[in-house]
Amino acid sequence: MIAPRLRTRLVGLVGRLYLGLILMFLYAPIMVMAAMSFNASEFYQLPFEFSTMWYVQLSDNDAILAAALRSIWIALIVTVVATVLGTAASVALWRYDFPGKRVLQVLLFPPIAIPWLITGTAMLIFFFGVGIGRGTPAVIVGHVALALPYVIVVVTARLATFDRTLEEAARSLGARPWLVTRAVMLPWIAPGVIAGALFAFAVSFDQFVISYFLSEPGDSTLPVLIYTAIRKGFTPEINAISTIIIAFSMCVMLIAAQFTKFGGER
Amino acid sequence: MSEVRVEGLIKAYGPVRALDDVTLTFPDGGFFGLLGPSGSGKTTLLRAMAGFVEPDMGQVFFGDRPVGDVPVEAREIGMVFQNYALFPNMTVSDNVAFGLRVRGIAAGETAKRVADVLDLVQLGPLGARKPHELSGGQRQRVAMARAIVTRPRVLLLDEPLSALDKALRVDMQIELKRIQREVGITTVFVTHDQEEALTLSDRIGILRDGRLIREGTPQEVYSDPGDVFTARFLGEANVLEGTPAGAFLDLPGGARVARPDGAIRIAVRPEHVAVSVDRPDGPNILRAELRQRIFAGAMGTCVMDWEGQVFKAVARHEDFAALPESGPVWVSWSERHARGLTAD
Repeated sequence: MIAPRLRTRLVGLVGRLYLGLILMFLYAPIMVMAAMSFNASEFYQLPFEFSTMWYVQLSDNDAILAAALRSIWIALIVTVVATVLGTAASVALWRYDFPGKRVLQVLLFPPIAIPWLITGTAMLIFFFGVGIGRGTPAVIVGHVALALPYVIVVVTARLATFDRTLEEAARSLGARPWLVTRAVMLPWIAPGVIAGALFAFAVSFDQFVISYFLSEPGDSTLPVLIYTAIRKGFTPEINAISTIIIAFSMCVMLIAAQFTKFGGER
Repeated sequence: MSEVRVEGLIKAYGPVRALDDVTLTFPDGGFFGLLGPSGSGKTTLLRAMAGFVEPDMGQVFFGDRPVGDVPVEAREIGMVFQNYALFPNMTVSDNVAFGLRVRGIAAGETAKRVADVLDLVQLGPLGARKPHELSGGQRQRVAMARAIVTRPRVLLLDEPLSALDKALRVDMQIELKRIQREVGITTVFVTHDQEEALTLSDRIGILRDGRLIREGTPQEVYSDPGDVFTARFLGEANVLEGTPAGAFLDLPGGARVARPDGAIRIAVRPEHVAVSVDRPDGPNILRAELRQRIFAGAMGTCVMDWEGQVFKAVARHEDFAALPESGPVWVSWSERHARGLTAD
């Protein structure tokens, strides 16, 4: 038998080790990559020699920069469209009761659960079928479809905390439904809407599979371009752009977490 | 401002009739209390008048105008909710100004009316606060100010004082009555607190299982409740049931008491019951067993047992000073205080 106090300490120790391992496996590769983007050697040779040359080279690489720019503006369009549609859908699902509401709510979530590869294939077939084909419009529509459920989940969660009598109070004071939504409900759900928008941006900006299937060869987004570049031959420029993307994505997610109280209340 | 009327209102939720053929007139400028236990339909009635509940049958009239097809936002009502429903993102002033801004009233006029109404509810200097910075009583006043500033045709109050503690509630009752008198808006308020209803209302209506069973001034309804439910719900009542014998009622245990209105049940309020050790004169006397004497400040209560039934008497504490702690006593009342009751 082990003494209870010793056992508690052991369990604590194992827990800490476990957490450490998880964090290591999650972040060590990223750290290595970030470090290598500042290493002068093209072949990852040590000793480490600090250099920003890959970032300089990156700034001359028009293909990567164009793809990065395209990724950003596609993500912005997707964010606006998905946030507006998703918020409207959440409010409608919250406010109205109609036949088939439960079914509709359930149908909105598969895009989160279905593998992107399958969704991508289905979209490709569908877009060719209806004549949209490949290209940026198809990418945008595909991204919106993927981002929508995330927005709805986040905004719906926030709406659940909205006091229905506030809406009734506003109506009793003479406000039409649209004004009620704008003046009373939107200020309350704003944190959810902002968090939903950040999720939508992240979903679109990081999206590879759907973009790969739906974009045209000369018109790829950044993740697609990086993938193609790696297949041709890896250069530390990729490390540099990846490091920038990771830093950027993490900032976006941290801001989103601030708004959604991810990981519980403080 | 106008008289408000509901006619033949029926509202069913599944097999339950929340409103069962309610017809009622709320007099112009009056303070009408809707009273009933929970589930009696009083809130449903209020919400039907506001337009949040669409009745299956019947009509609501503001003045002569039926408002059944008018949506809530066009009914020109003022409403105070149980939890006040103040907009948390707006200041007190913005909360109060909301209804005026919605109506497109000019900024100058709005500011003046907001200032006036905040003075009326004695919240003048607190306009810049947010609702979460206010006490319960202050929130109540803001909710009231917001509801009356638009000069609504009818003011609907849904258990407006139930969220306050007892002492504050009594203060706010007086305050509510004063504000309502000053603005003179036809007011309907819902409560399950009978004392509150009696204090505030010019007229009261008692609801039970979706039906209006009694309506009148508080004095009328209290002194002549009409049925067992109302007698017991509005204050306390000793209800006696017996078999008729001409102008009298034969009660269990051989007592014979006067019988008003040909009823087989009578109610006697505890404050009309006298208790004594010696047998008093008169017809309306019963032999009972004193169980307990309760001292509650100025007033005292005698709890007695009569034929297995609890019988209560309330009087100034001194009036009970001569009584023993327990034992056989005589109870009596004057004939004019006995009221005939219908069944239920």
